[in-house]
Amino acid sequence: MNLDYNKINKITINKPLKLDCGVILDKFDIAYETYGKLDESKSNAILVFHALSGDQFVTGINKVTGREGWWNYVVGPNLPIDTEKYFIICANVIGGCMGSSGPKEINPKTNKPYGLDFPVITIKDMVSAQVHLLDFLGVKKTLCVLGGSMGGMQALQFCSLFPDRTFSAVPIACAASHSAQNIAFNELARQAIMADPNWDSGNYFLNGKIPRNGLAVARMAGHISYLSEQGLQNKFGRKLQEGEGLNFSFDADFQVESYLKYQGYAFVDRFDANSYLYITRAMDYFDLYKLNDGNLSKAFKDTKVKFCIISFSTDWLYPTQESKKIVIALNSIGAQVSFVNIITNNGHDSFLVEEPEFFQTLKGFLDSTYEDFKSENSR
Amino acid sequence: MRILKVKIQDDVLAGLIEIKSRVLDVGCGDGNLLLYLKKNKRIDGRGLEINQKNVQECLGKGLAVIEGDAEKDLINYPNGSFDIAILNQAIQQFYEPRKVLNELLRIAHKAIITIPNFGYWKVRLNLLLTGTMPVTKTLPHSWYDTPNLHMSSIKDFYNLCNLDNIKVIKSISISSNKISDITSNNLEIKNLVSELGVFVVSK
Repeated sequence: MNLDYNKINKITINKPLKLDCGVILDKFDIAYETYGKLDESKSNAILVFHALSGDQFVTGINKVTGREGWWNYVVGPNLPIDTEKYFIICANVIGGCMGSSGPKEINPKTNKPYGLDFPVITIKDMVSAQVHLLDFLGVKKTLCVLGGSMGGMQALQFCSLFPDRTFSAVPIACAASHSAQNIAFNELARQAIMADPNWDSGNYFLNGKIPRNGLAVARMAGHISYLSEQGLQNKFGRKLQEGEGLNFSFDADFQVESYLKYQGYAFVDRFDANSYLYITRAMDYFDLYKLNDGNLSKAFKDTKVKFCIISFSTDWLYPTQESKKIVIALNSIGAQVSFVNIITNNGHDSFLVEEPEFFQTLKGFLDSTYEDFKSENSR
Repeated sequence: MRILKVKIQDDVLAGLIEIKSRVLDVGCGDGNLLLYLKKNKRIDGRGLEINQKNVQECLGKGLAVIEGDAEKDLINYPNGSFDIAILNQAIQQFYEPRKVLNELLRIAHKAIITIPNFGYWKVRLNLLLTGTMPVTKTLPHSWYDTPNLHMSSIKDFYNLCNLDNIKVIKSISISSNKISDITSNNLEIKNLVSELGVFVVSK
């Protein structure tokens, strides 16, 4: 695959960013995309946070890979997040590999990629970096911050850190902390990458060999966790590749095997293995309960943000119960919180696919919230 | 599941609610009452609704509504977090209506409960004449598919309030379009002529 990194928009923030790990980045880059136009009253800005394997190319064609944006079903003209109506901003997270500061970028001190010299980052660091992008774009307060999975975590963290910078938030298919099972899956992925001899303690960029196999296995493991048992069964069952019976070998006999392999190796072309380590670590460290002495409500004390929490019935990575805990925490402090659990077979990945009930919920919430925000701004 | 509710004029309920109250509407349906109260009484409203389609409609109206089951989820609401809780023609659908009633009065300082009155003369006559479970305008279901598990009369509700030391601050009889107050003096007759009872209660 030909990747064209020259087409990335980025800004360099010349202000120090103090990271949770104690390291201070003197300056840092944020790569971003915007869609639609900011209206005169600046009431229509929506900050989208991407998930683990996502990037800033939410919709349209990804300028780097040439493929479709990861949220093409949701963001676009006349879609739930309507680009004709809203001004949509999405940044590559720091630690990522689509142009924002991360392990793949050049360390000015050595003139080589950072690799594992890049500091370990957290969800809080990602969000703190992105606020500078809002300043740069002249957006004092967004209409909404939203995202699914790790994007939802960023939305929660954003509301906790910067409650005055958004009017509303839609955390989707997420949790306020990573469970043991979540951490276990991420560790499996990291071990797969690190077990690949090409990984070379993270220095693979020096000799041009890429830990393809390790990263592909990591992605496969992740992919299984994004789908529901029933969804996988419905799609593949025990269907065979050639339809001619078993081959009595270890090649891909079953369709589900070749599907996973395809997903795994397609990912390798566009994603950096070290980035995968950094981002999964950031997710594992995420714990809004612990940050608030075990009381999640404290994270949102006195919040004026309007929340709409959305979960999916067959999501076993971030189960509905985790979303309900967030709802209860917000409700108990009188926050404006709505909640919907979408019944679906599509598992955790439901937010990325055609899911009419999800779309309707999101659109209804955004459009009515926009009216409220406009009238607040015109006062 | 919710039955089609008998339309009580929004202004009857609105008349019982003070301006800028914090209101929880349990079983808020499509949110029209909350919206009416938001516009006319400037309330800070929240809804709890079991039907997802209804919740989606509420969100489209800019209301803060949680998809959930009152019988399971009210426990998560802190004590005294609302000025008033509304339960409009739903109490008879719970497995444990007495528990729900007391939960509402833990969460809110006051509650407005409306009930379809099983003591209404047409209901009584229907049972007397046909010998089968009454099917009327306010109670449109057959016994085998009704969501109404615990029907009561206005008098039954009064008795439960006495039993649980719940104060009835105000009660209103609604029949056709006639609205009148229920008092301890006219309870027997109102129990006979009311289609619906509206109660404002507190502990």
